Amino acid sequence: MGARAIWKANLRIGEVDVPVKLYSAVQDRAVHFRMLDAKRHQPVKQHMVDPDTGKVVESERIGRAWEGDEGQLVILEREELEKVLPKPSRDIEITHFLAPEEISHQWYDRPYYLGPDEEEDEAYFALAQALQKRKVEGLARWVMRDKEYVGALRAEGDYLMLITLRHAGEVIPASALPAPKGRELDPREVSMARQLVQSMEDEFDIATYHDEYRERVLELVQAKAAGKVVKFPKAAPKKTDVSLADVLERSVAAVQKERKRA
Amino acid sequence: MPDLDNDDEAGSEAVTRAFWSGTITFGLVSIPVALYAANRSQRVSLRMVSPKGTPLNRRYYTSKDDKPLDTDDIVRGYEVEKGRFVLVDDDELERLAPERTRDIDVRQFVDAGEVDPMYFERAYFLTPAGGSNKAYRLLARVMEETGRAGIATFVLRDKEYLVAIIAENGILRAETLRFADELRTPADVGLPEPARVKPAQVKRIDREIGKRMAAHLDRKELVDHSADKLLKLAREKMRSGKGVVEPDEDEAEDRDDGGRPVIDLMEVLKRRMAGIETDDDTSPRAESDEDGDDASSPSGGGDLADATKAELYERAKKLDIPGRSAMTRDQLANAIRRSA
Repeated sequence: MGARAIWKANLRIGEVDVPVKLYSAVQDRAVHFRMLDAKRHQPVKQHMVDPDTGKVVESERIGRAWEGDEGQLVILEREELEKVLPKPSRDIEITHFLAPEEISHQWYDRPYYLGPDEEEDEAYFALAQALQKRKVEGLARWVMRDKEYVGALRAEGDYLMLITLRHAGEVIPASALPAPKGRELDPREVSMARQLVQSMEDEFDIATYHDEYRERVLELVQAKAAGKVVKFPKAAPKKTDVSLADVLERSVAAVQKERKRA
Repeated sequence: MPDLDNDDEAGSEAVTRAFWSGTITFGLVSIPVALYAANRSQRVSLRMVSPKGTPLNRRYYTSKDDKPLDTDDIVRGYEVEKGRFVLVDDDELERLAPERTRDIDVRQFVDAGEVDPMYFERAYFLTPAGGSNKAYRLLARVMEETGRAGIATFVLRDKEYLVAIIAENGILRAETLRFADELRTPADVGLPEPARVKPAQVKRIDREIGKRMAAHLDRKELVDHSADKLLKLAREKMRSGKGVVEPDEDEAEDRDDGGRPVIDLMEVLKRRMAGIETDDDTSPRAESDEDGDDASSPSGGGDLADATKAELYERAKKLDIPGRSAMTRDQLANAIRRSA
């Protein structure tokens, strides 16, 4: 079963139009709990309550306010809020193309797949090929459901991917911060640390990592549902204090021993 | 912000606190660190108010007869089948991960360029804590020199995190990664087989690309214009005095920050990197010997900033703090602090 498209759009590069559909590339795997009424074990409802009157305020009557620095609230009327909304549009405009390393992954927020329109798929696959050949990413801008987005358009194999980017000011670059300082590091310790890092080096295959905790949570609820007794894992004993140099040396030895065995 | 349950809650105040503190472990080495968000939302947050401008509180009610519920009357359940729930409490969830609750366990080092950016979710700066300055600098130095990233896992508040620890500019940063099964493949989405494409079509598009090549990413391209407009509207309206509700004294006193001046996240980070404990850090740890050889984790005994919500709840229970079950982790920490 395929995923449902969340939006239909027209990707535009100058004179070229590419009809596309947007699909979320992320699927939610989180274990979701519901808040339940402790007596009846039924899901609860939520209402917004005015603390002055203790009465529920219906959603049509709920207003929005911006909070100033000193706690003053500025009430913003519906019409005022509508005026500052971005203009709705079906266009995803590609303004620039860049070498991929120019868009630091620190800007990346959320990935989406773009899919072709059934009737007109040639432009879509041609664009993916062109991006691959030139090894570039496009900088995209669009408005979706009253929100303004900036994104990176990339070829993902034969397909197109659009990764939303964080807005300016939302990312603090490491270069803006001072690194921790201290006495000059001991060359012997630097070399041991290097050895330790190297001994733990391996090719990266993300598929070998599982959300083990999520798996345990699901096991727990299933065991409880079946009326079974739940066994909890035991905590590992705490490590004792020793000097950094000692720890490094012993770590290197331990990792090497393990590698030999494997 | 008093009402942390509010949807629209964001606020600079929340991000200047350590998100968590834990201990990076690799081999037998332990490096205590605090985590601070490297991303800050600049979305303009709006609060929900009554027609008169009073901030509203979220309250819970029974689904059938709409009776108000105290937070003590609310439990957490997982729906095993439609309408049938299994109750799960915080204590059980915590016990599912006892050995890892504090450890950021480095499982391997990889070529930093090998991690597909599609997996990156959010970034946190790691700042040295509890005398870990030297071990921290050692790891950062070696990782940066060798271009390696550390892949680690840790469990925090009902969720397991997979992170790539990256060293840049002498600073360690943890990028949370999505697990492989959280990302769809083109086949999962159901994208069709690639169509045949005429070379002329590719050429035409390539020409359009060629016309729009840029050497660098201009930050101006990343401006959120509508957020700017909204902020401008709100500021203008505040100046005009129309529709402005002054905070009432009681509420101001109730504020979680206790009227503490708003500290900028950048300031907090700069101070933490320099080894200066900030106001937000209530840790009772002594000012640590900067070059101390102690590479093991500090005992987190009475540390509010490090305590889990469940731990805080237990302490709040002992202190008999009213309304504790309705409190967020931060609210619990504040209430304990006040009653101490």
